[in-house]
Amino acid sequence: MCLAIPGKVTELYEQAGMRMAKVQFGGITREACLEYVPETQVGQYVLVHVGFAISTVDEKEARRTYELLEEMDQLTELNAPVVDEIGSRREKP
Amino acid sequence: MKYLDEYRDGKLAARIVDEICRVQTKPWVIMEVCGGQTHSIVKHGLDHLLPQGIELVHGPGCPVCVTPLEMIDKAHAIARRPNVIFCSFGDMLRVPGSDGDLFTIKSQGGDVRIVYSPLDCLKIARANPDKQVVFFAIGFETTAPANAMLAHAAKQQGVKNVSILVSHVLVPPAIAAILSSPDNRVQAFLGPGHVCAVMGYSEYEPLSRQFRVPIVITGFEPLDLLQGILMALQQLESGRAEVENQYSRVLGRDGNRPAQDLVLSVFEVGDRNWRGIGTIPASGYHLRAEYAEHDAEHLFDVGQIATRESEICISGEILKGNKKPHDCPAFGKQCDPQHPLGATMVSAEGACAAYYTYGRHLEQADKLTSINFAGAA
Repeated sequence: MCLAIPGKVTELYEQAGMRMAKVQFGGITREACLEYVPETQVGQYVLVHVGFAISTVDEKEARRTYELLEEMDQLTELNAPVVDEIGSRREKP
Repeated sequence: MKYLDEYRDGKLAARIVDEICRVQTKPWVIMEVCGGQTHSIVKHGLDHLLPQGIELVHGPGCPVCVTPLEMIDKAHAIARRPNVIFCSFGDMLRVPGSDGDLFTIKSQGGDVRIVYSPLDCLKIARANPDKQVVFFAIGFETTAPANAMLAHAAKQQGVKNVSILVSHVLVPPAIAAILSSPDNRVQAFLGPGHVCAVMGYSEYEPLSRQFRVPIVITGFEPLDLLQGILMALQQLESGRAEVENQYSRVLGRDGNRPAQDLVLSVFEVGDRNWRGIGTIPASGYHLRAEYAEHDAEHLFDVGQIATRESEICISGEILKGNKKPHDCPAFGKQCDPQHPLGATMVSAEGACAAYYTYGRHLEQADKLTSINFAGAA
């Protein structure tokens, strides 16, 4: 469960005072907190673990790792429910 | 060899294996620390590709596995309360406590929710002001920055109805405990790549010096693991003992400083009980006193919890590298991923669960033992 999943930053915004991003993992887009990699820009790749980017990686590394995780069936955390869908109010970026 | 043929970088992997065979002159025991590495090794059959004298043993780096039964029972007692929304990462839901698992509690009407990020708990708490939202914060150093941010944000944003049940563990004290054990067999370690992406690897340097043990920080792809094994082997064969970084394309010596700073502002280091191993001094995180109002252990008095572990299960010996899943009489018989008896079977990253998932319970135990132990005696 310590595996981090690489994805591409597609949008930056602030939410409740925190630096957040939309991050694309293959066909799935999820939210990630960028507080720990605050310099990250749109188009860069980050390693995301439980909704937090912990480092930036280059595109080649991101692609390799993503394919391997997919092969190993290690992407289940991306399928965890989006909280907006289970009754919380949405905080618009 | 069937796994190697299936692997897309098979040719490069074969070259690294050739080099491992060329360099190795003596039997060695190498431990991979991280559960993700164990899963990758077993899935790709990497241990079967190595020469007979190199034995891989599987370390305690699966956070779900080492979460003590007492803590799981405590989580379940809280999750059963009617005013509680209990949130957890998905992989804790199937872990059985003394009386069922979180899925059972959910089916009996408990409000148990899987979250993707700990920050989801803030949204759930705001949407349910009359409920107490409790998050089961387990993990190693990789997960600590995310879990720490939940406590930090809850305090800063004044979200009073969020609390955290913390069961956080740390890798370096576990390595020290294994090396300090009088029956230790481990001669080199593959260090955990993503843990070090957060923490860096400077804290492994004193360990390597003190115990004269090579530690190679390693990724989790098959090629990473084979290269990490080769680097550890080169150190062992040449009598060196230092920290090397196989995973330099992802991490550096210092790790992620902003993450480390926030973690240490929220958590303090204290003793932790590891399932299968027992208490290791200064081996985990606890919430600092300033966060007491968000500490589920302070907020919920669940009374004394008495637990009893299986008497057959040898997961403690497996986690320390002294035994393999096949050495356990219950492996694949009374114990499987649907009915786990102990730590190493409760999560897919545990050694026993990985061996079971990839069909090794069907293989002859004596044949495997001869592969893994030949020359090591």
